Amino acid sequence: MCRLFSLTSRDLVSPIKAIEALEMMKEGHDGSGIGIFLSDLGGPFSYFTELPILSGIFTQSGLRRQEDFLSGRGFVPRYRLILDVKDDPPPGTPKREIYLIQVYEPPESWQDYAPEQKERLMTQTRLDLSHMGQENKDMVVFSFWPDVIMIKEVGDPMEIAVYLGLDRKELFARRIMAQGRQNTNYGINLYACHPFFIQGIASMTNGENTAFVPIKEYLSTQGVVGYEGYYSDSEVFTHILHFTLKELGLGIEAYKHIITPLQDIDLLNHPDRDFLTNLKHSCRRLIIDGPNCVIGCLPDKTMFMVQDRKKLRPGIVGGKPGLYAFSSESCGLDAVIPDRDKKKDFQPMHLDTAIVPPDCKEVRICRQTQPLPLQH
Amino acid sequence: MPANSAVTPSTLSRRDLPWQIRWDIHTCTLCGRCTAVCPVNAIELGVFRKRSISSPPLGLKDKPDSSFSVYHGIRQRTDPGYACIGCTMCNLVCPNNAIEAVKTETTDMLKFHQDRGGQPRTRGGRRNSPQSILDQIKFIRISMLTDPALDAGRHEFELRTLIGRVLSPAKAIKAQRENGWAPPVREIYPLLIGGMSFGALSPNMWEGLQMGVAYLNEELGMPVRMCTGEGGCPPRLLRSRFLKYVILQIASGYFGWDEIIHAIPEMKEDPCAVEIKYGQGAKPGDGGLLQWHKVNKLIAAIRGVPPGVSLPSPPTHQTKYSIEEAVAKMIQSMSMAWGFRVPVYPKISASSTSLAVLNNLTRNPYASGLAIDGEDGGTGAAYNVSMNHMGHPIASNIRDCYINLVKLGMQNELPLIAGGGTGKNGNLAANAAALIMLGASAVQIGKYIMQAAAGCLGTEGERCNICNIGRCPKGITSQDPRLYRRLDPEKVAERVVDVYVGFDIELKKIVAPLGRSTSLPIGMSDALGIAHEGAARRLQISYVV
Repeated sequence: MCRLFSLTSRDLVSPIKAIEALEMMKEGHDGSGIGIFLSDLGGPFSYFTELPILSGIFTQSGLRRQEDFLSGRGFVPRYRLILDVKDDPPPGTPKREIYLIQVYEPPESWQDYAPEQKERLMTQTRLDLSHMGQENKDMVVFSFWPDVIMIKEVGDPMEIAVYLGLDRKELFARRIMAQGRQNTNYGINLYACHPFFIQGIASMTNGENTAFVPIKEYLSTQGVVGYEGYYSDSEVFTHILHFTLKELGLGIEAYKHIITPLQDIDLLNHPDRDFLTNLKHSCRRLIIDGPNCVIGCLPDKTMFMVQDRKKLRPGIVGGKPGLYAFSSESCGLDAVIPDRDKKKDFQPMHLDTAIVPPDCKEVRICRQTQPLPLQH
Repeated sequence: MPANSAVTPSTLSRRDLPWQIRWDIHTCTLCGRCTAVCPVNAIELGVFRKRSISSPPLGLKDKPDSSFSVYHGIRQRTDPGYACIGCTMCNLVCPNNAIEAVKTETTDMLKFHQDRGGQPRTRGGRRNSPQSILDQIKFIRISMLTDPALDAGRHEFELRTLIGRVLSPAKAIKAQRENGWAPPVREIYPLLIGGMSFGALSPNMWEGLQMGVAYLNEELGMPVRMCTGEGGCPPRLLRSRFLKYVILQIASGYFGWDEIIHAIPEMKEDPCAVEIKYGQGAKPGDGGLLQWHKVNKLIAAIRGVPPGVSLPSPPTHQTKYSIEEAVAKMIQSMSMAWGFRVPVYPKISASSTSLAVLNNLTRNPYASGLAIDGEDGGTGAAYNVSMNHMGHPIASNIRDCYINLVKLGMQNELPLIAGGGTGKNGNLAANAAALIMLGASAVQIGKYIMQAAAGCLGTEGERCNICNIGRCPKGITSQDPRLYRRLDPEKVAERVVDVYVGFDIELKKIVAPLGRSTSLPIGMSDALGIAHEGAARRLQISYVV
C-alpha cells in the first residue's frame, strides 16, 4: 500500500519535510516511485504567481522541441530552475537529462480571454507537450499551471530527494503533497506516480480502485479537456474531483457524496435527500469502489482527506495552528509535527471529509449525514 | 402391427421417436395414473396377447403344446401426433417407479413428420441448444493481496440499478435548481422477471409470481420488478398498491390495454414502468401468439377478445410505419398517459440492427432504456424454425450497444436491460453478472423463473416444451383448471423468494472477490475473461487459457 503525506502551512516549508515523513513510513512503500506536488510557492516563484510553471523531465532535444513549440505559440520564458542532479542516480532510478521547472509568460492575446478559457488553453498546452513527448520519448510533462510545481521519479523517496537536491530554498512551499509508491497493479511509469494534477486540483490515493475501468470510460467520454492518460487507476480520483468542482460547480463537501454516496436510510433521512439522490443517480458511474484513502489540494489551497465507503485504509490528520498534516500513519505526523497535541489527531471514517482551509487554523470535519452548504 | 398392414410415410416405430417409454411389468400396479397424467396421451392401457410354448421332457408321450394368455400393461403410441414429449410426469406419479421416458441416442425421425397438414411445428421453450457463451465467461480479476477482498457475508453491498432516463450530472443539477422536469427514474433490483403474459401463464403461476415479488419488496426490502407481458393485467392488481412492482407491457396486439387505460384514473400507484415490446428473442420479427387452446373466458375478458380464438399479435405495431413513429411517438404517448411520471422503454430482439434502435433512443429524451432479448430467450408459443434459427446472441449484442453508449458518453443515461438464456444451464448469478459486466444495467429472466419457481420441465434437449397448447403438466402455462390447480401459488411465491435470496448471495460471492460492493459493476469488463480468442476479441475482454 502506498504511503501518503501532505502538509499545509502558514509559513514556507522545505519539501524534504514531507520526504522525511515518507521515510518514517518506509515499511509501506517499495521505492517504486515518488511524486511531489508543491504549491503556494516561496522564493523566486512567488514573483510569478499568475504565470504558468512548466514541470517536467526533458532530454536535450526534448527541451529544444519544447522551447520551439512554446515560443511558436507566443510563450515567453521567464524564471527557470533546473534541478542539479548528483553524478549517479540511486539504484533503480534511470539517468535522465534535465529536470526542468520553468515559468512562462502566456501570449499577449490571452489577456482578453476569460479565466476558463485560459485554464483550458493551459491544460491543452500541457497535453500537447505530453503527447509530443510520448511520440519521441524525449519529454515527460507533469504540470503547466501557475504556482504549481510537480516532480516525479522512480526510486526510493529519500534517495531521490538527495539526488535531486530538493532541500533548496527555491522549492519551499506552503502546500506540499508527497507519495511513496507501492506498485501493485500496473507497470512502473512516471505518469502513474501520484499526485495527479489538473487545473489547480491535485490528489493522491492509496489502494486499488476496482471500479477503475467503468469510471475511466465515463470520464474520458465527457468531452472535458484533460480527462485522458489513466496510467494509474487513481488518476480518476483527481478527475472526479475536477468534475465535481469545475464541471458541476459543487464544493468539496459534495465530493464524497459523488465517490461514495449515502445508502438507503441515511439518504432518506438526509435534509438534502432530493439533491443527493439526484446526484447519486446522475453521477453513478463516478462511484468508486475498493479500499482508498484520498488526499487532495484544491485551487484555493484547501487540503482534505476522504476515505472509501468502508474505511479500509489508514489515514490521520493532525497538527497545530499554522501547520497541519495528513498522513497514512501517525508516525509520519510525528516525524514532521512532533510538538502537536496528539489528542486532537483525527482519523476520518467512512462518512467524513477532513478539511483544512488555507488559513491552517483548524481541521474541519464534514460528515456526509450533515446538510450540505447552500448550493449556489 | 401385422406384417402385411400398410406402412405410410409417417408410420414410425417406437425406436424412431425421440423419447421412449420404459415400462416394467414386474413393478407396475396397473393403477392407471401414468396414462391419466400424460399431457399428450402418448401412453395408453395396452392389452397384450402372449403365446406360451410348453415342451415336455424328452421321452414322455406328451407333445409340445402352446397356449395364449392376455396381460395388461402400458403401450407407447407411435403416431407422430401423440409422440412422447419426455416430460416424465408418468414417472412422477408412478407409485412403484415402474415407468420412465428415456431419450433416444440416435437421430429421432419424428422431426421429419411434424408438419402434418402442412402446419409446421409450433412449441414453447427455448432454442434447442444447451450451449451458452455466458457460461464460458470467467471472472478473473480477483483482489487478494493487492487489496483485501470483500466479505460477501458481512460487508454492506449496494446491488441496485436504475431504470429510467438518467440525466447527465450537469443537466440533472440544472433541472433541480430550476424546478424543471426530470425523467422518472426507478431504483430497482437488477434481476427482473421478464414479460410473461397472463394467458401465457396460468392464473396460479401469475399469482404466485406476484405474491413472491410483493414479499421480496415488502418483507425483504428487495425492489424486484415483474413485467406483465402482453396480456393485460388483472383489474384488481391495476387498482392496488402492488402495481408499483409491475412493469406493464404493451405490444402489437394491444391486448388488455383497454382495461388498463380505463383503470388509470383509479390507480393508487403508478406502475414501475411501461415496456413497449417490438420483438422477442425467441422469435425475432414474429408476433406474439396465444393459441386458442388457452383463450378461456377469463383470459378473453382481461384481453378484451372473444374466447376460444387464437390471438396472434402482428410482427409489428400496425399503426406505425417507421422507427420515428414506432419509437418516438409510442414512447411519448405512453409517457403522456401517466403524466410523464413513468419510465417508458422499448424491448427488442437482439439483432444486428439493435445499434440503430439504440442510436435513435439516445436522441429521444423520453426513452428510458432499451431491453434487448437474445436468441436464447424463451417463449410460450412460436414456430420451431423461429426459435431454433432466428436471432442474435445476447452477449455480443449487449456489448456492442454498451460500447456504443460509451463512445457517446451516455453509458449512465440509457440503461440496457439484457435477457435471453440467462441461467439456461442453471448458472443464473454467473450469467447475470457476466451480462452486467459486459454493460447491462439489469437482467431479465423468464424461463428460468418458471423452471426454478414452478418446476417447469422444459429443456433445450427437446423435453416437454408444450407451453403453447395449454397442456402444461405442471400447470404453469395452462388455462385448464384441472391442470393449473396442481400448482400452489403460495409454493410458487416461496420459491420466487428462495431464488432471489439465493441469487443475491451468489451475486455477492461474485462481486465481493472482485472488490466491488459500493455500486453494481456495470461495464466492469476488465473483470472478465474467456478461453476463446475470437470471443474475447469480439467482446473486448481478456483472452485467458
